[in-house]
Amino acid sequence: MSEMRRVTAICNGTAIDHIPSGHALQVLKMLRLDTGRSNPISMVMNVPSGKMGRKDVLKIEDRELNQEELDRLALIAPKASVAIIRNYHVAEKRNIELGSELINIVRCSFSNCITQNSREPLPHKIKIISADPLVLRCSYCGKNQDIDQIVDFII
Amino acid sequence: MGDLITMDDLTNEEILEVLDNARSLLPVAKGEVYLPLLQGKVLGNLFFENSTRTRMSFETAMKRLGGEVLNLSSIGSSVAKGETLYDTMQMVDGYADIAVIRHPNQGAAQYSADAVEIPILNGGDGAGNHPTQTMLDLFTIREAHGSLEGLNVMMVGDLRYGRTTHSLSHALVRFGAKITLVSPESLRMPDEIVSDLKSHGGDVKETDEMSSSIDSADVIYMTRIQKERFPDEDEYVKVAGVYKLTEDDLSGAKAGMIVMHPLPRVNELHASVDTTKHARYFQQAFNGVPTRMALLCRSLGVEIPKKVNK
Ligand SMILES: Nc1ncnc2c1ncn2[C@@H]1O[C@H](COP(=O)(O)OP(=O)(O)OP(=O)(O)O)[C@@H](O)[C@H]1O
Ligand SMILES: [Mg+2]
Ligand SMILES: [Zn+2]
Repeated sequence: MSEMRRVTAICNGTAIDHIPSGHALQVLKMLRLDTGRSNPISMVMNVPSGKMGRKDVLKIEDRELNQEELDRLALIAPKASVAIIRNYHVAEKRNIELGSELINIVRCSFSNCITQNSREPLPHKIKIISADPLVLRCSYCGKNQDIDQIVDFII
Repeated sequence: MGDLITMDDLTNEEILEVLDNARSLLPVAKGEVYLPLLQGKVLGNLFFENSTRTRMSFETAMKRLGGEVLNLSSIGSSVAKGETLYDTMQMVDGYADIAVIRHPNQGAAQYSADAVEIPILNGGDGAGNHPTQTMLDLFTIREAHGSLEGLNVMMVGDLRYGRTTHSLSHALVRFGAKITLVSPESLRMPDEIVSDLKSHGGDVKETDEMSSSIDSADVIYMTRIQKERFPDEDEYVKVAGVYKLTEDDLSGAKAGMIVMHPLPRVNELHASVDTTKHARYFQQAFNGVPTRMALLCRSLGVEIPKKVNK
């Protein structure tokens, strides 16, 4: 814990560090934590970082993110570091990893895709064509997805 | 599995094997020999969008091999009452051994394949893929040139919505073709397809001008500018009729060059071309029968004899 903390330590919860600067709000939206009724959350944005120039950091109290949530996070902050905090200490570090396909995490944005019919029951599937730069493609219609708009299509 | 959704479902070796089988089946396709390889099998012909050639040639292919065909037309069926594709496919899964699906929504064929056990053949999904058309196109090209390797192929017209050119260009690049894409700016081939072609090592050139490439072409693949895919009439009028291939345009063409068209045509391919040695589009339409026979057998795991005797 060498770096100076801009927000006070939390007792239990999750710290997400190294979010690309300016993207913390998108991360909250992606994790569906932007409802106003969730756990206490502290956020710092655009702070200096040795690794990446500037970065955002999020601390979510009393909540340990699960793997599915980490998969979502990977879409916006693939290089973020996630620490599970228990009793003020880092209890676990979790890696976020983009798999090969996202199942029911985002839906295809293409207006003529078969998955646009909300009554169709099969899961939304988006293939990871490349992780860096991020290239996503609908597994059904084959259309590439606009990465900048991806938060608007999370499920 | 026996699905054929995009050309990625077939390796180059598998493509050539299907084309060899299609050639063996020519006498059966012509009705000279009856070879009931698919006796007792039922094909579901699911056309949620109009078709003449694809639907009829699948039906002929199945029947000439002794199989049966169930036709679903979306008009008057429960689809018109708002049934989901998933539900419709559950029914088909029970009624048929294999199905071909044409659907206005892109991705519908892959979706159907995920929804059922039986093999699914994509008969065209929106502006997406049309791999059985590609296979008959490849058959036509190979019969004319003896091989698929390293040909100069021009594709002309609506390359944006024209799904036949999407699948065909993918396949040809895998055989080292040099492809010239000729279209108005507004109907260019989608960027992700062009970049895919290039990332697979494709030698691809885009232009809006047709005549200067004709003399070096081995294949000219004409397509119709499809009125029904335009969001508004004005946009259609702007580009309709920009390309018209006539007999005169072919005066400097290579002797073995062939002119193809998935049909139906409007003005882009003049009737004067029909009587030239280059015209291959009616032959191409017939080639749908042996090619689809070979594909039906492949998906159903039925072996085709190397030599079919008359
Ligand atoms: N009790 C706590 N409350 C809130 N945040 C904490 C707490 N303990 C650690 N953190 C945060 O968790 C992250 C990981 O902590 P660690 O002490 O391992 O830092 P680090 O060595 O910088 O790790 P990294 O290499 O992931 O940056 C940091 O962002 C740190 O500020
Ligand atoms: Mg650190
Ligand atoms: Zn899609």
